[in-house]
Amino acid sequence: MTHRFTTLMTTAAAAAVLTLAGCASSVKLDEPTKAPISSVPVDGSANSANAGASSTVAPVVTTPGTSADPVANLAKVIYFDYDSFVVKPEFTPTIEGYAKALGGAKAKRLMIEGHTDSRGGREYNLALGQKRAEATVKSLTLLGVSAEQLEAVSFGKERPVAEGDTEEAHAKNRRAEFKSR
Amino acid sequence: MKLITDFAPVPFARRQAVLGLMGLALGAAALVLPGPAQAQFRVEISGVGATQIPLALGKFKDESRSPQPLAAIVKADLERSGLFKTLDATADRLDETSAPNMADWRTKGADALAAGSVSPLADGRFDVRYRLWDVLKAKNQGGHSLVVPPADLRLAAHRIADDIYEQLTGDKGVFATRIAYVSKVGRRYTLLVADADGENAQAALTSQQPIISPAWSPDGRQLAYVSFEGGKAVVVGQDISTGQRRVLASFKGTNSAPTWSPDGRQLIVTLSREGGSQLYVIGTNGEGVRRLTSSNSIDTEAAFSSDGSLVYFVSDRGGSPQIYKVPAAGGNAQRVTFSGPYNISPTLSPDGKWLAYIGQVSGAFRVHLMDLSSGDVRVLTETRDDESPSFAPNSRLLIYATRSQGRDVLMTTSLDGRIKATLTTSQADVREPVWGPSVAARP
Repeated sequence: MTHRFTTLMTTAAAAAVLTLAGCASSVKLDEPTKAPISSVPVDGSANSANAGASSTVAPVVTTPGTSADPVANLAKVIYFDYDSFVVKPEFTPTIEGYAKALGGAKAKRLMIEGHTDSRGGREYNLALGQKRAEATVKSLTLLGVSAEQLEAVSFGKERPVAEGDTEEAHAKNRRAEFKSR
Repeated sequence: MKLITDFAPVPFARRQAVLGLMGLALGAAALVLPGPAQAQFRVEISGVGATQIPLALGKFKDESRSPQPLAAIVKADLERSGLFKTLDATADRLDETSAPNMADWRTKGADALAAGSVSPLADGRFDVRYRLWDVLKAKNQGGHSLVVPPADLRLAAHRIADDIYEQLTGDKGVFATRIAYVSKVGRRYTLLVADADGENAQAALTSQQPIISPAWSPDGRQLAYVSFEGGKAVVVGQDISTGQRRVLASFKGTNSAPTWSPDGRQLIVTLSREGGSQLYVIGTNGEGVRRLTSSNSIDTEAAFSSDGSLVYFVSDRGGSPQIYKVPAAGGNAQRVTFSGPYNISPTLSPDGKWLAYIGQVSGAFRVHLMDLSSGDVRVLTETRDDESPSFAPNSRLLIYATRSQGRDVLMTTSLDGRIKATLTTSQADVREPVWGPSVAARP
């Protein structure tokens, strides 16, 4: 109890200082932030005896689906067959998810990185990775995404996620990755 | 004993060597050289050519007073070419002022003899002198004097090796040239410039992101390369001696595969700025972008012919990657490779006679050599993962990268495939080698 009283006194003193300062000059408190947050205040004032208490903290819980990054919950990678640039039907939901997210956030930009497995020449694989990235971009623009929001780039075989000469490793490396810019 | 005093630096007359078919079947020989402590590469030679010139060579007089083992450097250069075997003449304590007995040396089996000396000068530089004797003709071929700072002692030895090579084979030597290559250790990439013997490697660029496709400017002063440091592939030009860099191509998408025109005034790069991968001509500061190919396929890996009139490149317009050529001024492309399912990485010899490339044979990627006048193709290697062939400036050797015992390594080969030298390093994977040009005076 004593500790709390001390805290109260300190807080009051601090408040007094602030108020005094406020008299002397116009102190600008933080401007309201532009972050798109939404929240639901939890009603904690059921106990009327505590109404007006200085030490109350009002708990707030964020609502799902309104976080700042519209693509946060989407898959980051799609995979390709050997020697292919076709965006496979199994990834249609991912593509549609990105198309929707980008449509609703015109300032949002996405870099699509194309990759290949380790077989073959570096520069030719750089070009193959570029084809995969561009095919992915095309699947998005076909769904109405603006080209300005997208850039297709390639890492060829320079950034494998799986090492080794196995089919399993090759399959993991043949991919396009979605990167927010 | 007559003193020989003709030491004005004189240009060397070429002697047309007559290389007889001596059929020396010496078999594979692994040669580990006693290089200096900072040596990163070990050189191994396997396979020998049809003939080797026996050269007697001993330590240079007083070479232990200099920081470099000059005779060992000359010996290593000449033996790596596969065209020489050296007889150790150290015990005879010769130098450029000696008057050796030619008959004695003929008896010992030497066709030629070289000897020299190193003298420290008051200003800290060294005076390196040597002389070459033609033992068979019992003739003094002349002497040479090079005054160099300590940092250029290795270069002096390489120039001596070049001169001996030229005098005895009739071809220009490449020992005083440089190579560039990329080394990868973990996630660290380094673009290195080294002497053609693999020694004296210096880092031109260190990065946490990939570096690929280095290309020398014709004057040997710059390297263009692809760097991913900004999050995507961008073409950068860098002055080697100053380290100054400039962006050559950073358009939308991927920018890659730089190559310089022989006159040094332009580069060709592969850009995806208009979709796909196509060839574009740009100026040496990235200005004036002109599209060279227009196909719906992948066009990449451009390489100029030595006279600058043609551009060879890789295209999969026929369904799989093959090598084509197109006039540098633009026009219709003609297919060049017709056998094998996958042919990439074209490179042209400076003498205009050869095209080297990587072709897939039964699943293995191997260095191929095409005679441009006849179209005949020969496979030069028996390894499985060859990449990045590049001609030496005398058109007699190729450097390339391959995989050996789990490591990426650099190798050189003669054009008949018979003389191969491995430049290996114990700790790093090395790839993307490119052989620099011969330059009159290195900066």
